[in-house]
Formats: sequence, C-alpha cells, structure tokens
Amino acid sequence: MDPNGVPTEYYQLVAALLFTIGIVGVLVRRNALIIFMSIELMLNAVNLSFVAFSRQYGQMDGQIFVFFVMAVAAAEVVVGLAILVAIFRNRETASVDDVHLLKG
Amino acid sequence: MGLTLLWLVPLFPLLGAILNGVSAGKLPRKAVSAIGVGSVGLSFAIAIACFSELLALPPEARRVTQGLFTWVQSGDFHAEVRYALDPLGAVMMLVVTGVGFLIHVYSTGYMGHEQAYGRYFSYLNLFTFSMLTLVLADNFLLMFLGWEAVGLCSYLLIGFWYQRPAAAEAGKKAFIVNRIGDWGFLLGIFLIFVTFGTVDFATVFAQAPQRLAMGSALATTIALLLFLGATGKSAQLPLYVWLPDAMEGPTPVSALIHAATMVTAGVYMVARCHILYLLSPVALQTVAIVGVLTALFAATIGLVQNDIKRVLAYSTISQLGYMFLGCGVGAFASGIFHLMTHAFFKALLFLGAGSVIHALSGEQNLWRMGGLRRHLRRTHITFLIGTLAIAGVFPLAGFFSKDEILYQTWLRGGPLLWCAGVVGAFLTAFYMFRLYFLTFHGPSRVPEGAKQHLHESPNSMTIPLMLLAVLSAIGGFVQVPLLAGGQRLDRFLEPVFADAADLTPAAHAANAAGAEAGLMAISLAVALVGIFVAYKFYVADPDLPRRLAEQMRGAYRLVFNKYWVDEMVDSWVVQPLYRGSVRLWERFDAAVIDGAVNGVGRQIERGAGLLRLAQVGYVQVYALILTLGAVVVIGYLALR
Repeated sequence: MDPNGVPTEYYQLVAALLFTIGIVGVLVRRNALIIFMSIELMLNAVNLSFVAFSRQYGQMDGQIFVFFVMAVAAAEVVVGLAILVAIFRNRETASVDDVHLLKG
Repeated sequence: MGLTLLWLVPLFPLLGAILNGVSAGKLPRKAVSAIGVGSVGLSFAIAIACFSELLALPPEARRVTQGLFTWVQSGDFHAEVRYALDPLGAVMMLVVTGVGFLIHVYSTGYMGHEQAYGRYFSYLNLFTFSMLTLVLADNFLLMFLGWEAVGLCSYLLIGFWYQRPAAAEAGKKAFIVNRIGDWGFLLGIFLIFVTFGTVDFATVFAQAPQRLAMGSALATTIALLLFLGATGKSAQLPLYVWLPDAMEGPTPVSALIHAATMVTAGVYMVARCHILYLLSPVALQTVAIVGVLTALFAATIGLVQNDIKRVLAYSTISQLGYMFLGCGVGAFASGIFHLMTHAFFKALLFLGAGSVIHALSGEQNLWRMGGLRRHLRRTHITFLIGTLAIAGVFPLAGFFSKDEILYQTWLRGGPLLWCAGVVGAFLTAFYMFRLYFLTFHGPSRVPEGAKQHLHESPNSMTIPLMLLAVLSAIGGFVQVPLLAGGQRLDRFLEPVFADAADLTPAAHAANAAGAEAGLMAISLAVALVGIFVAYKFYVADPDLPRRLAEQMRGAYRLVFNKYWVDEMVDSWVVQPLYRGSVRLWERFDAAVIDGAVNGVGRQIERGAGLLRLAQVGYVQVYALILTLGAVVVIGYLALR
C-alpha cells in the first residue's frame, strides 16, 4: 500500500457518509427530483467505495465496474426524468405522496 | 354393387338433416322440400338396390356387413361403426325408408304453412338416419346410438311447437320415460359385455347358447333388462304413458315416429336378440304377458277417447302389444310381419287423420266431426281401407298378420293368451270403427266456422294416402298362411331365426291346417261383430252409447280417465321424487355444497382484506421497509 496516500478506511468512511445521506434523502424528502438526486448520491457513494478498493488491491476491475455504473445511471436518469416530466404535466405535482394510484 | 353402397342408405338422410339444419331457414321452401324428401327418396332407392342384391344371394349367405371405421378402442373393448344387412334388417330398412319417404312427401303438404319448415325437415331426416342406424347396426353400441338418437328426434319433434306448453311438457315426458327404459337397455349391454367380452351381434349370438345356460339367472337378467328398454321405446306396460301425450307433435310425425317406425324399435330389438330370449323361458313368458296385457289395457282406453289422434295412439300401443305377444310365444317372424303391416296401415290411419285435421283447420275432437265422407272422398276411402285392415278383415294386410299372431299364440302360448288376444281383436275392431263412423258418417257436427273451409287435402297428401292404402290392402299377401302354402316373408326371415330353431318352445297343439282355418274364421267373425256393434252404437242408435255410459258409470269413468294411471304415476312417483329433489336442493345443494364453495371464497376474501392493509400506496414507506430489511440482513451477517 502506498505509504503517502490516504488510507482506504477514510475513503470508506466518506462513502458510508454519502450513502447514508442518500438513504435519508430518499426516505424523508417528498419531492421526486430531490429523491432522484439522493439516489445518485447513493450510487456515487458506491462508486467511491469501488475505486478505493480498486486502488488498495492494485486491480482495475473496480474502476471498470464504475464506468458501467455511471453508464447505467445516466440511462436511468434519462428515463426517470422523462417519467417525472410526464407526471408533472399530467398532475402538476412532483410530490411522490400524490402519486399513489396503484394503491390496493 | 348394391351392397357396397349400404352405408349410403343412412348417409343421405344425415346429409339432408345437416344441410337443412345449418341453412337455418335461409333456403327457399322448394329447396328444403327437395333436400328433405330427395335424401330419403335416394336412400329408399339404394335400399331397394341392396334388397334385390340380397335376394340374389343364397339364403344362408344373406348377411353382409360393411365396416366404416373403428369407433371406440379402449383396452379389451372394441366397437366399430359397422352396418350389417340381413333379412330382418332389410325388412326394417325398407319399411323405414319406404314409409318414411311417403310421410316426407305428405309433410310437404301438411306442414306447408309452417314457419319452421327447414327445422321440421331437418329433424325428420335426422330421425330417418337414426332409425336406419338402429336397424342396420352390427353391434349393440351402434344400435344404442341409434336408439338414443331416435329418442332425441322424438323429443325434438313432439316439442316441435315448443311455444305450446302442452307440447313442451309432452316432449319432456317422452324423453324422461324413455330414459328409464334406456337405463335398462344400457345395463343389459353392460352385462352382455361382461359376459361375452364383446358387443358384436354375430359373436354374442353365436356364443350365447354355450355361455348362457338354458333358463339361467344371467340369461333372464340380460333378456329382462333389454326388454325394459323395449317397453320404454315401444310404449308397453308400464312405460306406455308417454305415447298418448306424444300426439302433441305434428301429425306426420305421429305417423312416422309414434306409429310406423320408432315405436317398433323395441319389437325389432327383441327379434334381433331372439336367442337371448329363447334361452330364458321366464323372460319370453314375460314378453308375451306384458304384450297381451298391454294390448287389452290400451284397447279398453281407446274405446272412449274423444281425440282422433289419441284413439290412434292407444290403438298403436295395443297393436305393439300384439307384436310382443307374437315374439313372446316364440313366433318372431309373425311379430315382424305384424310390425310391417302395422307400419302400412297405421301410417295410413295417422296420415288420414292428419288429412281430416287439416281439412277442419286443426280440429281433433271426434264429436265435432261427422259426415265428412261427402267432403273428403279420397281421405274417406283410404281411411276406410286402413280401418278395415287394422280391424282384421279379410283379405287386408292386418287380417293376415294379426291372425298369424293369434294362430301362433294358440299353437305355442295356450288358449288363455289366445282368448285375451281375441278379446283385444274385438275391441280393436270396435274402437276403430267407432272412430271411423264418428268421423265420416252420421250428421255433421262440424262447427259453422270450420265448415266454410272444409276442403280435400292437396295431392301431395292424398297420393301418399293412396299408396299406403294399396300397401295396407295387399301387404298381407307376402305371407299367405299355411292354407295356401305361401309364407314368403317367413322363408325370407328364416336364416335370421334358423340358429335358434332347436331352442324354440315346442308347440302345444298340432300345426294343422284345419285348426288354422277354424281360428281364422273365429277371428274374422270377431272382427265383423266388433264392426257391427260399432255400427249399432254410433250410426243406427246414436243415443245408445250415452245410455250405456250412464248405466255403467263406474266402469266408464275408470276407462275414460285412462285408469288414472297418469295421476297415479304423478302422485306416487313424480311428486315424491320432486319433493325429494327440492329437499336435496335446499338442504344439501344449497347448504352443504354451495356453503362449502362460498365459505372458502369468503375466508380467502377475509385473509386478503388483512394483507391489503400492508399496501399503503406511499413509495417511501416501501423504501423504508426495504431499507430496514437490508439493515436487518446485513446486521445479521455482520454480528453472527
């Protein structure tokens, strides 16, 4: 391990912090756009963790995986935002509490 | 080449039924008539070709079969759709197609004003197909198919005017009563399969003398179960009750199905299975006794009925009783002979009655007829020939056939059965001439309204009447009795019954020409007395019947109300069954079965209602549950 670098544990701590902020954001916020951003935060927390481990073990697998995650996340954002826009046009709201038509 | 075309005989009517059935009234009437009548006509032509081919064969070889395809193959059970032609089947085939053809022609006139013309001919053709399948079948299963199918057609045609409640009820009654007989027939077939391992006629009848001991319980059971089927189809005691009600159907149907062909299926079946009956003296005796009792019983009811068709219906039941009497004393050929002549003259009488009803715009009550001989000349003459034939007047067909049955009864059944038969013959002559005199003679009692429309029927109706009158007049000569040494029908049928010659019960009396001549004279005298008494009652002294009815009030009411048999059946059988069914419906079906099904449904609904509470509809609640679940799983993995 590189003696001059930041230890992996620090990266993990930051990643865990980001992930928790993301979860809390998803659970407590009502605005769908904010929830979306929180999900991105969770994804990036995981990415950070991947990259940190990749650096620790000197293998490229984790970094390559991150590229995949980013690509998929980009696609997901496109679809998700499209749905959001459609809902907003229809119901003039972005609050998830107002969208519960499938409730049994 | 005629015999290879045998399968076409039933096929044409089937095609006719399908064509007229699927066209659903879209075809013009002319086309419907052409299909309906033409199919049976073609079938009749082929039947004649087959018959002449059969005659060309030597007598021992006169049994030809033609397999079409395997119908059922299951384990040991094998049944084919296979038609067979032998002398017995040939007689039946010719009667069904020949008389059937004439009645189809007649129907074009009689049913001419009918809305559902195509439906009528479709049913009638389907009936012809079914009846031909019944008489030409080569195994019990195919015969049963025809047996059930004629029952179905009978139901459809009795209820042809289904808008009339009486017709719909009569159709149901016929079907249900027949089902009781069919149940016996089916059990008999099962027992035959269990005993012989096959249902093929040839095998069963060839093996019967070895497998069934003479007079054994098994032979008796099989024969009696089959006979139960015959009593249902052929309207014998105690299952005769459906036939008088069957007169609700159109008159040509009554002529074809409920007089000439279908109701004789039971007689045909008993003759076909004659070996089984000969192996069981008890069953044979039962057939004879049921036959003679029915002949007497129905004849007494026929004496006082006022509906022209009902008199004929009771007369049919009575004549069928004679056929069974003939079979029951072991003279199967005589039974079949009477079946044939009866088909001629009873079809004639029914069609004649139809012509009268047609002329009177639907009137069926004898007391609103009278004096019709001046208006309906052709109908009158042909009807008179039919009446003389059924009464047994020399030299018409009914004389020879009824006399032969009585003679055979004297020979083999003993004087008691013979006496009963002669009494029946007297009653027959009386009630038939009562019918004839009330309809065609005496003062006219026709209501004024109907008198205006009084007209002779069209040619399409009177020509079949005349042809049938010719057949009724000369049909008996195929079987001129021992005296003249004829008996061509007997000799023709001989190969069919030859295998049982040594089983036939011995004659009680010697087969002497002198005795036969004496008995013939007696039965002729009895018939003439019957006619004379009817003349006395209904022409010479029209007030006499009323006075007599007053004097013998009890007996008259008993007979007039048909011995209250319908009422007894209703209160002892139908009502208890009905009440029991209602009880089962309310207590078992509604409470137990519906309760179980609905209960399961209700419990599932209740459980689902509880689970439903978990579905709050807020995405974030689900996300929270997801997260908590993940925390629990990870916590478990981390801390264990």
